[in-house]
Amino acid sequence: MTRTIRIANGQGFWGDSLQAPIDLVRRGPIDYLTLDYLAEITMSIMQKQRARDPGSGYARDFVSMIEEILPDLIERNIKVVANAGGVNPEACRDAVIEAARRRGFGGKIKIGIVGGDDIMHRLDDFISRGVELKNLETGEPLASVRPRVQSANIYFGGRPVADCLGAGGQVVICGRVTDTGLSLGPMIHEFGWAGDDWDRLSAGTIAGHTVECGAQCTGGNCLVDWETIPNMADIGYPIVEAHPDGTFTITKHPGTGGRITVASIKEQLVYEMGDPREYITPDCVADFTTIQLEQEGPDRVRFSGIKGRPATEFYKVSISYSAGWKAAGSLVYAWPDAYKKAQAADRVVRERLDRLGLKFETVLTEFVGVDACHRALSGPPPPDIAEVTFRIGVRSENKRAVERFTREVAPLVLNGPPTVTGFAAGRPKLEEIIAYWPALIPKSEVHPQISVVEA
Amino acid sequence: MARVKLLQLAHARSGDKGDTANVGLIAYKPEYYPLLVEQVTAERVKEHFKGICFGDVERFEVPNLHALNFLLHQSLDGGGTLSLKTDAQGKTYSTALLRMEIEVDDMLARSLADGQT
Repeated sequence: MTRTIRIANGQGFWGDSLQAPIDLVRRGPIDYLTLDYLAEITMSIMQKQRARDPGSGYARDFVSMIEEILPDLIERNIKVVANAGGVNPEACRDAVIEAARRRGFGGKIKIGIVGGDDIMHRLDDFISRGVELKNLETGEPLASVRPRVQSANIYFGGRPVADCLGAGGQVVICGRVTDTGLSLGPMIHEFGWAGDDWDRLSAGTIAGHTVECGAQCTGGNCLVDWETIPNMADIGYPIVEAHPDGTFTITKHPGTGGRITVASIKEQLVYEMGDPREYITPDCVADFTTIQLEQEGPDRVRFSGIKGRPATEFYKVSISYSAGWKAAGSLVYAWPDAYKKAQAADRVVRERLDRLGLKFETVLTEFVGVDACHRALSGPPPPDIAEVTFRIGVRSENKRAVERFTREVAPLVLNGPPTVTGFAAGRPKLEEIIAYWPALIPKSEVHPQISVVEA
Repeated sequence: MARVKLLQLAHARSGDKGDTANVGLIAYKPEYYPLLVEQVTAERVKEHFKGICFGDVERFEVPNLHALNFLLHQSLDGGGTLSLKTDAQGKTYSTALLRMEIEVDDMLARSLADGQT
């Protein structure tokens, strides 16, 4: 009998279902619960929160969720791995400890941290030593936007997660650990996979990629036969049944909604794919062209045959910086001539912006209901189209220009084309643009920091 | 020969990396995959997405999944948080690609029309 561990993912991004992690713990057997909270932009939001309040800067939702499931975790020895720590894993840990003590579990659970990913305070040192942190897309050195940088974090992989589990952590709170590392870490820990076991590390990485978007591999956002996917309201989140040899099966708890088929899994495998032979993580370079899939039962897809190559000498760095301002507003025009009215409104707004002498890097108009998603591929709209949403957005380094724009949409309900509504939400919101700057850094420059304490 | 929409032969999912959108195109049946490889070229996809994609289109073959992966560069108005688009992450480019028509033999066209996919 092959040893199997069951790793469930209950969060595809910060803002995903609050109920999913609780259901994963309570509606069937699992050994590990992973939770992915961090997108590129999230770190800068958390950095701002911490600047205002040194005790914040992590995913607060995580703490209340852990408090809810603590009795289950302790009774059944379920381990949790989450990148909920954001830019302040220590504060996140302290909040979890406080919650555990409040519930009477003091001394009954060990909380670990994987940190060391925050390099914000070291950027000037790196730059002065010739570590340029060039933008991977444009080739520009970071020095060109240095004063505007808001956050800078290394993507660590599954190895430090495994080390933290090995040090006794039952709840492992990470900073910027890769989505795939959250699932791979438990496999390295349980199966003792070596640092150069590239095939198995790649298998674990591909398992992590498959479940990292939560229900997006169990029937959510699935195009194949979407109308017949059962009970989407109670969709089951994914579980990896992992084996020491690197094979694994993706499944979900019995009685939950959704559907897992080879087709639904393939859709998730191609999601955000680049070169399929080179899926680069801190742990390995996984080759998606080696995956063999098999439907081994209802809602069960087995993966085998996965090969990989050695990891690179670099970590990826996620840097965010202020890049100007934007705003977008919309109005809804009704039959008859809905599309013509919306087009007329666009001409009016643009002319008024011109008269005000406002300059923008971009002014973008969309007609939602006509062609906002597929542009010209949508073909002409029906002449008697019932309604069209006119949506206009601007972007500029000049905050005042964007602010002024936010006052130029609503007046159209009284001083523009007729049969218009949909302005109840008020003026367009002025938003600061926090842009993403991907870069690489030699692995020798940074090291993960691990600690474990008892609650 | 007859022309059919990719929607009848394949499904798809799309996502983003910065200002680049990716569209994964997956054949419903292994025997459809060679048709995709032959006809859904990077050049045709670039032409199909004119007015959306302003950079190069790269194509990768994933034969084990009977899939092609396309990278559409400069397609998201700057991408991520810069983008003003409703679909700033290119999530709907999947079905935009499925609007493309390719040529199939008459027998396959008839069986698709009969719903025997």
